[in-house]
Amino acid sequence: MKVKVINKYLLLGLIFLMGIMPLKSVASEGKEDGKINVQELVMEHTNDAHEWHITTFHGTKISIPLPVIVKSSTGWHAFMSFRFDEAKNGVYEGLYVNKDGKICEKNSEGAEQRVMDLSITKDVLQLWIVVILLLVIFLYCAHWYKHKSPESDAPKGFVGFMEMFVLFVYNDVIKETIDEKHYKFFAPYLLTVFFFIFLCNILGLIPIFPGGANLTGNITITFFLAICTMLLVNVFGSKAYWKDIFWPDVPWWLKVPVPLLPVIEFFGVFTKPFALMIRLFANIFGGHAVAISLACVIFTTFQLSIVKGATISPISVILMIFMDLLEVLVAFLQAFVFTILSSVFIGLAHQEEEKPQAEITK
Amino acid sequence: MLSLVLLQAAAAGLAKLGAGVGAGLASIGAGIGIGNIGGHAMEAIARQPEMAGNIRINMIIIAALVEGVAFFALVVCLL
Repeated sequence: MKVKVINKYLLLGLIFLMGIMPLKSVASEGKEDGKINVQELVMEHTNDAHEWHITTFHGTKISIPLPVIVKSSTGWHAFMSFRFDEAKNGVYEGLYVNKDGKICEKNSEGAEQRVMDLSITKDVLQLWIVVILLLVIFLYCAHWYKHKSPESDAPKGFVGFMEMFVLFVYNDVIKETIDEKHYKFFAPYLLTVFFFIFLCNILGLIPIFPGGANLTGNITITFFLAICTMLLVNVFGSKAYWKDIFWPDVPWWLKVPVPLLPVIEFFGVFTKPFALMIRLFANIFGGHAVAISLACVIFTTFQLSIVKGATISPISVILMIFMDLLEVLVAFLQAFVFTILSSVFIGLAHQEEEKPQAEITK
Repeated sequence: MLSLVLLQAAAAGLAKLGAGVGAGLASIGAGIGIGNIGGHAMEAIARQPEMAGNIRINMIIIAALVEGVAFFALVVCLL
């Protein structure tokens, strides 16, 4: 029993220490002539980068350099990103990083021109980590079921937890919203998207490698997920669904001569995935921005005076803990909402034809 | 001459003021909306306690939708 208690406190101490780590790294950067620029720090931590910066220890930057793969006017270039730091003026093989952090070259007129950038950046590496984690977790869980018959006991422990989680999404979300004939076809995509978004959000809250990259807070990632949903809804929509968009069962003066409702419905095809994209992006990006800003409050108050810093810091730490717990809830909630809305849209695209109202009232 | 410089300085400040007012109004809208949903959900649970789980899930879904709309405005104000 004593060992269990010690382990519990050790774990608590470790988690507390992990909470302090981002403060150390945030402190050593973003300082221009002593003043901390909060907005710049927030942008630095939420944007994509060509290296994975872990910390800056007494002035020396400790980061994982990532490969840079670009195609410029002089052909393909592939090298590690620390070459930019070593090269003089930051120009390496005719390429340099401009003030927005994008790789550019000087074209023939001497003006700045973006190159085609296919590098492995921080977000890409985080994406691969999430994918590998998902594969490991779910292939392990699937393997557990391989040699069991339906009469054997239910799984316990981690596999039992994953089974409960997957069945929660499968029964309460997918089977409720999509009709009998089609839910098996869409269930893999919906389950994948739920666990991908959930794991991305959770890993974004961990301040250190292998988590901490702002993946679902990157609008390109959410854009792609929304495009996937839009393609699934519209490419596999039934004929009744498309008929309802372009010739709905409404009074004639809404359709001819000016097609009011068809145009509105057609725009609805695009606005619904757009809302999915913005909702996920804004929730996660906002959460990360608030967490980083609360951490910066400590440094700005310490800059004002030691007394002010020492009094505000505990409040800031408590606020940060509260915000992080809220972010865990938001992580699950946003994944859940994305999945349930996607499945509702898919379900709406496969509805049974209803009898026209006139026939029923007769 | 001086008024032009003042106008330019004012324009930068006004942009931030507009962003702040917009974000505040969006928060008010989200607060009213979600408060409404929560209130009606509470009444429904009070009327029929055995449906509490069902009502809770629906309330959370609709709250997330309303918050999504508020986040639209927030993103526009930030950028």
